[in-house]
Amino acid sequence: MIVWLQRGFVGAVLVFLASPLLVVVGVSVNRPKRLLFPPEGFSLQWYGEIFTHDGWTNALLNSAAIAVVAGTLAVAIALPLALYIRQRGGFLGRALFALGIAPFMLPPVVSALGFMVFWIAAGFHGHILATMVSHAVFLVALPLVTISLGLETIDRTLVEAARTMGADSRTVFRTITFPLVRPYVISGFAFAIVLSLNEYIIAYMVAGFTAETLPIKIFNSLRYGYTPVMASVAVLFVMTAVAVFGAVAWFGNLPRLLGAYRSEGR
Amino acid sequence: MTRRRSDNSWHLVLLPAATLTVFFVIPFTIMLAVSFFQRIEGGFFEPAFVLSNYVRFLTPFFGKILATSVGLSATAATIVVAVAFPFAYVLSRMPRRRQTTILVFILSVLSLSEVIVGFAWSTLLSRTAGIGNLFHWVGIAESPRAYTPGLASLLLGLAYLAFPYAVLVIYPAVSRLDPELPEAARTSGASPLRAFTSVTLPIMRRTIAGALILVFVFTLGAYLLPQVLGRPRHWTLPVHITDQAIFQSNIPFAAAMAMFLLLVSLALVGLVLVVDSRRRGDQS
Repeated sequence: MIVWLQRGFVGAVLVFLASPLLVVVGVSVNRPKRLLFPPEGFSLQWYGEIFTHDGWTNALLNSAAIAVVAGTLAVAIALPLALYIRQRGGFLGRALFALGIAPFMLPPVVSALGFMVFWIAAGFHGHILATMVSHAVFLVALPLVTISLGLETIDRTLVEAARTMGADSRTVFRTITFPLVRPYVISGFAFAIVLSLNEYIIAYMVAGFTAETLPIKIFNSLRYGYTPVMASVAVLFVMTAVAVFGAVAWFGNLPRLLGAYRSEGR
Repeated sequence: MTRRRSDNSWHLVLLPAATLTVFFVIPFTIMLAVSFFQRIEGGFFEPAFVLSNYVRFLTPFFGKILATSVGLSATAATIVVAVAFPFAYVLSRMPRRRQTTILVFILSVLSLSEVIVGFAWSTLLSRTAGIGNLFHWVGIAESPRAYTPGLASLLLGLAYLAFPYAVLVIYPAVSRLDPELPEAARTSGASPLRAFTSVTLPIMRRTIAGALILVFVFTLGAYLLPQVLGRPRHWTLPVHITDQAIFQSNIPFAAAMAMFLLLVSLALVGLVLVVDSRRRGDQS
């Protein structure tokens, strides 16, 4: 009986989490250009418009470019940082770790305003490069945390063994550390990409009027005229997130990545 | 265990550390400085050292914003943790496969932009596409109506936004909880509910308090839902920060409010971290 109660409770919460998304899916396949639920008719034209309507295509390309560049930069910053912290530790290591996760932990508005005044001072306010770099710094936390977790799983004796057999640190990294930590690097990169795609406030305050991203475009449509394209873009976002996190879970141990130590199939 | 000094660890870390300093520490320094600057009408700001941006904290205008922000976030955090704790507890006791599936879904919802959450809820609560239709169809309501904007819809949106975050904050602690403790209570004759309330909850007291604070800080940062799902009187501190920075062109005042939000958040998160490390110390 208690099991059924528990299942009912979890099920009810999941329905709560899914219901707004289901309505958005319904709205996205409307035939008329209005937000109706249940939908009137069935049409995929609003998905097509993401790729044919100039405004939406432009936003899509901006978002994609920002996410890929920012994700790559974030990993490029996080990987050496995580290696250093793992090797040396100590006060400096802890301080650098804190510096790496701070931009992500602070209220987003605070980071966004910091980036905004910085880019105004540097003369790059309104430039898409500014958004890319800001997102990279904002998202360093994700690969930093996943890679650090990955490095913790590497048996130090393995590294010691390679060293005693004459491998220099470059060889150790290439043949042992990196192959073992690669899944964690990829999941950190994936997390960063998804979060960058969804990020609104930093992109808006750094270059909201010149480099319009999809979330900015959706918010503008929310204010100045609804269109079912918003719904189709939102569905695209949900599907991207599910696909990426699903892949991370498929290739890795998601419960462990999220901090559960005792999750081995009970 | 010996730690070898590796030959290249310094130049390894120099570039990342420099990047973070240039693009994160310096922006914050500039923001701190700007919060003392003088605003110029119609322009940006000029260097000065004035306290007027902070003195505005004492006005009823700011007091109202603060009360709104704190009230909304505290209510949302309480509701969210009250639901998320039992949820995470049940989740952590499921077979691993199902756990993973649910976690993928939770992560996906967590990653959703506030814009999309706001849009989804404003659609769900709208007149033409919302549950109003359903109520009308079932016969609860006479005609479909919109349930947004308003306080209830805003709280619902905030709870939705923060719920996945709360689950992920609580999940590690409950999944490491020794399952034998509640089982011992059960074999001693306690009902499952009683075992949960008299054994599990007290052990998890600090986890729950920590989660409450973290979720509070998280919802305190919400900048978009109050605009989409609430009315202007529900605008919170982050909404006003963006409004002052972009539409009122008063960056110094926005910077002062951001510094305030930053310090409050840091203090609260710091408190959780200190309590957490003390607890770790107790256990080992």
